[in-house]
Order: sequence, then structure tokens, then C-alpha cells
Amino acid sequence: MKADPKGVLTGVHYLDGDHACAEGALAAGCRFFAGYPITPSTEVAERFVARAPFVGGIFIQMEDELGSMAALCGASWGGKKAMTVTSGPGFSLMMENIGLAAMMETPCVVVNVQRGGPSTGLPTMVGQQDMMQARWGSHGDYEIIALSPASPQEAFDYTIKCFNLSEKYRVPVLFMMDECVGHMTEKVVIPKAEEIEIYPRRLTKKPPEKYWPYEFGEDLVPDMIVAGDGYRIHSTGLTHDERGYPVMSPVVQNKLVKRLCEKIKKNADDIIELEEDQTDDAEIIVMAYGITSRVALPAVFKARKKGIKVGYIKMITIWPFPEKRVRELAKKVKAFVMPEINLGQVVLEVERCAAGQAKTYHVPHAGGWVHDPEDIYHVIEEAAK
Amino acid sequence: MNQANANVPEHPMEKLLRMERIPHIWCPTCGIGTVLSCFIAALEKFDYPLNKVAVVSGIGCTGRVAGYIKLDSFHSTHGRAIPFATGLKLANPELKVVVFSGDGDLAAIGGNHLIHAARRNMDLTVICVNNFIYAMTGGQTAPTTPLTANSSTAPYGNSEPPFNLPLLVGSCGAVYVARWTALHIRRLTKSIGEALNKKGFSFIEVIAPCATLYARRNRLGTGLDLMKFYHDNSEIKHGAPLEELDIGFQQKIIVGKFIDRERPTFLDNWNNWLSQKLGDKFVPYGVAPQQVPLRKAG
Repeated sequence: MKADPKGVLTGVHYLDGDHACAEGALAAGCRFFAGYPITPSTEVAERFVARAPFVGGIFIQMEDELGSMAALCGASWGGKKAMTVTSGPGFSLMMENIGLAAMMETPCVVVNVQRGGPSTGLPTMVGQQDMMQARWGSHGDYEIIALSPASPQEAFDYTIKCFNLSEKYRVPVLFMMDECVGHMTEKVVIPKAEEIEIYPRRLTKKPPEKYWPYEFGEDLVPDMIVAGDGYRIHSTGLTHDERGYPVMSPVVQNKLVKRLCEKIKKNADDIIELEEDQTDDAEIIVMAYGITSRVALPAVFKARKKGIKVGYIKMITIWPFPEKRVRELAKKVKAFVMPEINLGQVVLEVERCAAGQAKTYHVPHAGGWVHDPEDIYHVIEEAAK
Repeated sequence: MNQANANVPEHPMEKLLRMERIPHIWCPTCGIGTVLSCFIAALEKFDYPLNKVAVVSGIGCTGRVAGYIKLDSFHSTHGRAIPFATGLKLANPELKVVVFSGDGDLAAIGGNHLIHAARRNMDLTVICVNNFIYAMTGGQTAPTTPLTANSSTAPYGNSEPPFNLPLLVGSCGAVYVARWTALHIRRLTKSIGEALNKKGFSFIEVIAPCATLYARRNRLGTGLDLMKFYHDNSEIKHGAPLEELDIGFQQKIIVGKFIDRERPTFLDNWNNWLSQKLGDKFVPYGVAPQQVPLRKAG
């Protein structure tokens, strides 16, 4: 279906990434926001609450991030598209209920505008240090979807994609921004509502007496209901069967948890989005995401000028990791180079998938600033030797 | 129902119970089932479509209520029943949302949400079953365990003072506050009915026996003995000052309705204030535009 024009601020704007993200959420049909202020993400909340009264939305500033994430789960079952935003410390507090959303298969979007950590770290300065927390932060086995934008325009575009993926796969989607993208101001083009594709909630067509809340079809994703529609369902964070009832058994656990993971893995090709440049005959692949994908470009151009065959991959989707593509490339290329504003996180996945067939080089940065492109260039040069 | 049971009459509350999930997990003489029965009895008299009533629980013995009641029901995480319910209510304001959970879930790990939901006057009914102990995990000290009472984490007696829950939520702004015991079946049922019909944050504390852990550890006898204790030692005192509602170990328990007042809810305030500030451009949330009373806010 197409976007509801009420929430779409069609036109050419000059926006920072945080504001663009809020506009993306409104364009996607998000009408519920629960959050707790934290730098450098607060501007998303501020933009949302300033706009919500004019589009029939609701905003609640919760008492903490634990409550924000729980409220998101409730709101989603109440039939609204729901989002929250935070940064590292708040992201940590949200983890338990992100697990609840994964377990109850509750569509919602969590934005993390990353700053330097650990702990309170660098509240106003950039980091990309929550990438593994996004993947593994809540306890137990589950698969998650995480996207990362590299510009305010992408913050707008991919927030919409986050909502669409969340509805399609009934999973919390994590939007892993970073302080630079959140606070940089650039041109953002917001298209007309009829040009924005929206994935609607997958509501069941079955009558209540024939409906089980966790019965699934071929794509492994169950159809949902809205609380109050007469289905009288039960949903729990406990291990449950297809009726939604708790069952404490390894057999049911095995079936449920495997499906929660498989529904993402099986549909990875549909979920994953990468931007590739000159990867066909490359010897070295530079892979990066978020602000670092832009910082890496001067290094890539310089290396090409020097005659090094460098391919470039900008990752939009971080989780599920583009395993298939990295495995394919590992057979052909000499090495992968991955700069990240952390001391080695997503690079571990590159290394795992390269499986010794290609070398993997990390360009670390502890946070607070972006890389010097020269540092990235030197690693490319070393990898090409 | 299988063939052997074909002649057994229906359970009188079958319409609102998930009978396929019975027997429940609660111990013999536990008070939670009694409170659930009172809730169902109140729902049967509640003049509201039951498809529009939802129950949210947290974790613990009382948290299991959500799994037995045949309504839209959500068993959330430990302490987060109130924020989950807040999201549910705000997303779909025509729902009547009831939080059914225990004292540890609501007042300890979820304490922050309890006070803020009362402050905002979030339109929720909270039924808090207080058994003085963490029962699901084996009888540890709760923020409601009376001073000197024994628990598995206070083997020599509890040295911390407990919460006075009616005082806590009353001072934060709840519009309806009552306390009963699991013995006060009729009064509790009536009180739940009043709370359901109340707009805003209503809170009912129900003192309930935990024979397996609280009574056994404290050598108080069986669940029946605890009920007898409630019979002999609870005093109905409507409108009692909240400061006088502390509960000491094996001391008198004051019950009754303590607060019944009106305050605009979170959504009333959102709609009233913004329609005043923004005029016609404002799209009221969760109500038809003509229903928004245009009174002066503040």
C-alpha cells in the first residue's frame, strides 16, 4: 500500500539525520512514540512530538528506557506502528524488552544514535560500538534486523524500510545510526505519499475460532491481530506453542526458537541491502557502514588512483549479516578491509565468512571522531602488498 | 471436554477462563485464584464489551493470571506490565486495560512505572496481589514483606520496612485506591467493579495468602489459618488516612476504599491542552473531535 499523505512532508528540506529519521517514521505511518531523552538521539523525539499533534499521533516521554521499550510492545499489539530512539546507555536498558518483542513477534522500530562507550562514554561524540549489542544484546537465541544509514537522506529512506521490514517479518528492527549522521545537516528529499511503498500489518483473515496467534505459513511469519478485535489471544515471553500458550518443553522450545531465527535467515536475500562499487574485478574490498562508509571513500579513490583494484561495499543492512555475498567474494578477492568506529565488531563477521579464503583487515577507532581517510588508505595499501 | 466428563456441569466462569489451560499452576489455598474469581465476577457485571477488555501481567505467581483469563491477555516482562499496558491503552484508547500482577513485580522492579503511571493518571486499573513475598522464586523478601517476617533471603527476619502501597500510589495521584484481602470476596468484587468503571489510574491492593512459602516459613499454619487471621484482624475503614495503612507482621490490616476522586487522565490532558494551544490544526488523539471538552487546561 501507499503512505498516508497526512504524515508525509513532501518537499526538499535541509534536515539533520535525527529530524530526517522522525520524518521517515511519520511517513511510514508511525503514530506512537515512547522514549526517554538521551544525547545524541533526542532530536528524533523532539521532532516527532512537535509533529504528532497535527497527524493524529501520540507521544509519551516515559520514566526510563525499560518503560519505553515495554510501551512499544504494548502499543504495537494495540495496533499502532511504534518507535523509540535512544543511544548506548538507553539501548542497554532496552535489551530485555527487545527480547520480549522478538519472542512475542512484535513489530516495532528502535533507533540507536550511537555515541562512544562503554558506560556514559562520550555522550556528544560518535561511535559505532553497539553493533554487536544490536545483534546479541538480549539474552537467548533470536535473529534481529539492523540497518545503518550514512546520510540524513538515508535516515529518512531507511527508517521507512525499517518499519516495512518490521511489519513483514514481525520482528523489532534496530536502526543503527551514529552521532555524525544524526547531527549532520544535508538536503533531504521527501517524495509524494503515493511514491512511498508501505508494508501494512499482516492481520489475519481468519475468524477468531479458527485463529491461533503463532500459527505460521510458508514464510514462517504468523499473522497478527489487534487487541480489542475479539480474538482474545494470549501472548507471552515464555516459550509458547502455536496457540500462544506457555509450554515448558525442549520440543516446543526447539520448534519456536528455531523458527524465530529461521524466519530471518530464510528471508535474508529479501532483507539485505548493500551498495557495491567496482567489486567485479576487485582484489581488495573495502566494507563499511554508517558515517564510516563515507569517510572510507577518499581512501578508496586514492587507492584506485595508485592502481590498486579496490571494490567498495556500503552496508545498509548489518543484521542479518550479508554472509552469502562475503563468502562469494572471499573466493575471488585477496582481502577485505573494514574500518569501523569500534575496536573490532562487524569485522568479526567478515572474518568468519571469509573463512581464511581472503585476509581480513580491521581499521579500528575507539570513538569520538571519524577515521582519518589516510589511516584507511594505509591499510588498503598493506592489504594489496 | 472429554467423554468421561460429559456430565460434569460447566464451570460457572468457563466463559472467561481458558479451560484448556486448567489446572492452573497455583498452590492449594493460594489466594490468587480467589482474586481472579472476583475479577471475573466483576467483569460479568461490567457494562462494557469484553472483547475490548485486555489484561496485562508481569512476572511471578500473579503474573500467570494473563494466561488463564479468556480476554486479550499479555504476559510481559518482570516489572514492565504497567508500561506495556500504557502502550496498549494509548495505542487503542477504546480498550479497558487491566494490569494484574504481584507486589514484587509492581512495587519493586516495576516501582518506577507504578508511581509515574499514577502521576500521569494513565487510564488503567491495577490489581496488585500482595502475598508479602516473592513466591515464584521460592520465598524471598519483597518490598512488602512486613518488618521481622522471615523469608529465604531474610532467614533471621526482615530488617527493612515495607511499602505502604495505598499511601505510595495515593500520594502519586491515583484516582481510586482500595485494599482488601482474599477473604473479602463480595467487597473486593464490588471494588474491582468500581475501579473498572473509574476513568484514570485505579489501584486495588489485595492481601492474599501464600501458604507454601510465606505461611510455612513464618509458621503461620495453612492458607485457611491465614484466611482466619484476615477474618479476625482486618478492619474495614473507608477513607482511612493513607499514613495509617502500614502493615506490621501479624498486625491488624486496615482495608476499605481510601481514595475515590476525579482528575483528568493523560489523554484528557493531551487532547485538552493541545486543542487549546493549536486550535483547529490539532488532530485529537483517540477521541472523535466533538468529544474533546474545550475547557481551560491548567
